[in-house]
Amino acid sequence: MKRRGMFFRKALNFTVKLWSIFFVALAVTIIAWVLFTVFRSGLKAFSWTFFTESTKPYGIPDGGIGNALLGTLFITAGAVIIGVPPGILGGIYLSEFAQGRKRGNIIRFSANVMMGIPSILCGLFIYALLVYTTKHFSGLAGSAALAIIMFPVVLRTTEDMLQMVPDSLRESALALGTPRWRATFSVICRAAKSGLITGVLLAVARVGGETAPLLFTALWSDDWPFRFFTEPTANLTVTINEYATNSPFDVMHTRAWGAALVISIAILALNIFCRLAFKDKKGI
Amino acid sequence: MLNLNADEIKISTRHLNFYYGKHQALFDNNLDILTNCVTAVIGPSGCGKSTYLRCLNRIFELYRDQRTEGEIIIDGRNILDKTVDVLELRRKIGMIFQKPTPFPMSVFDNVAYGLKLHFRLSRKEVGERVEKALIGASLWDEVKDKLKRNGMALSGGQQQRLCIARAIAAEPEILLMDEPTSAVDPVGTLKIEDLIEELKTRFTLVIVTHNMQQAARVSDYTAFFYQGQIVEYNRTQKIFTSPDRKQTEDYITGRFG
Repeated sequence: MKRRGMFFRKALNFTVKLWSIFFVALAVTIIAWVLFTVFRSGLKAFSWTFFTESTKPYGIPDGGIGNALLGTLFITAGAVIIGVPPGILGGIYLSEFAQGRKRGNIIRFSANVMMGIPSILCGLFIYALLVYTTKHFSGLAGSAALAIIMFPVVLRTTEDMLQMVPDSLRESALALGTPRWRATFSVICRAAKSGLITGVLLAVARVGGETAPLLFTALWSDDWPFRFFTEPTANLTVTINEYATNSPFDVMHTRAWGAALVISIAILALNIFCRLAFKDKKGI
Repeated sequence: MLNLNADEIKISTRHLNFYYGKHQALFDNNLDILTNCVTAVIGPSGCGKSTYLRCLNRIFELYRDQRTEGEIIIDGRNILDKTVDVLELRRKIGMIFQKPTPFPMSVFDNVAYGLKLHFRLSRKEVGERVEKALIGASLWDEVKDKLKRNGMALSGGQQQRLCIARAIAAEPEILLMDEPTSAVDPVGTLKIEDLIEELKTRFTLVIVTHNMQQAARVSDYTAFFYQGQIVEYNRTQKIFTSPDRKQTEDYITGRFG
């Protein structure tokens, strides 16, 4: 048999390597470019009042994004309260009670499909369910829409994290005569604690920058978000959308860049924190 | 064959078969374990010795494709019967695993875990019983100053004795040990073997081991399993000095397995 030349093999190896490196470099460059643009334009907006003042109606040159920042915190916290408990409990069910069962596979598949639902559909769904029926846009409706997005993410990461707990720990808890539910909460979840927290934080990072689900739920407002349950609630992403697309004023464009920078930094920080704090957990 | 006094029998298996899915791992297993004795189960990997142990506290039920046929009689009752309270059964039968499995909590809470599960006790009583269990597991002197420390921070041998303390705190009658020293260094192994000697005054011990010297050192009776069958069961001294079966002799002299 005739062997292929060494030169050809080396050349092919080199070419594949070169292209891989090229595309990785391209991807990194684009991310760096985006961040650079956001930083360059956004930093101009930063000042003390930018964070303390609320947004002002069109035509008033001063103002900040304080209310939107607080509103985003409220809406996200609300989403965590609504979305995380069912996500964690669902993940526990999948990992501890439905492993290898058909219904477990169905739920897992559904969760995967749910993760692929366009976020604007979650917004529309909550609009029909909570806004149209009550005739009120509200921060709570925004939280509910984000919770729908968080739920499958938390569910799947919870399952994965619990599955990483060795069976020997499960067995030794049960071998003491512990009921299954108690072993799950007091031993298994505790062993997977850092993983579960990471899952929740990554889900927060995932919804933190969502705009579409808030467009027809929380809407947007120039007020401080203290009527969270009944009135439109200020938030960063819809403010960015509004200022960037509807406003003719440069000062508002700059503020939109500033708000974009705030979100970018927050999400970046959250991701980096998760990765550093829970480095030993694989699969994140 | 061995003649045992029926009054002293703690555990009897009767025609016990075990299946992992379609694979049968135990064949017509009949074994009588004596009260307050150490019984060693030896045999090559895959002979069914761990499987046998995992039947006795029904821990195999955690996995859906594993099932048994036959009877396991403990104190006169077939514990495979569905009406048996499995939580109470497992209180009565402690289990120590191959790898130490401290819970992710303090040394104190590890030992108190099984206690609080089964008994209503005042805080003071819990403290006393934790101390007693740790003394019983020959661990007290080493950990009395670090009871608040995480159990996972102890050494491997200490972790294993912590697991023993946790098991005996629940006041079981039987202790099952599945290769309890295979993940422990020689010094730790020695301590655990000494401990087994002490524990047999209070508990019935069944210990699975792949280490034949260990079986010879710690046990009163030895069962040799091979391919899911009991080849020979007798006094340990007899098994290791003049076994009845050629297969047993080949195994303990290291000719196979």
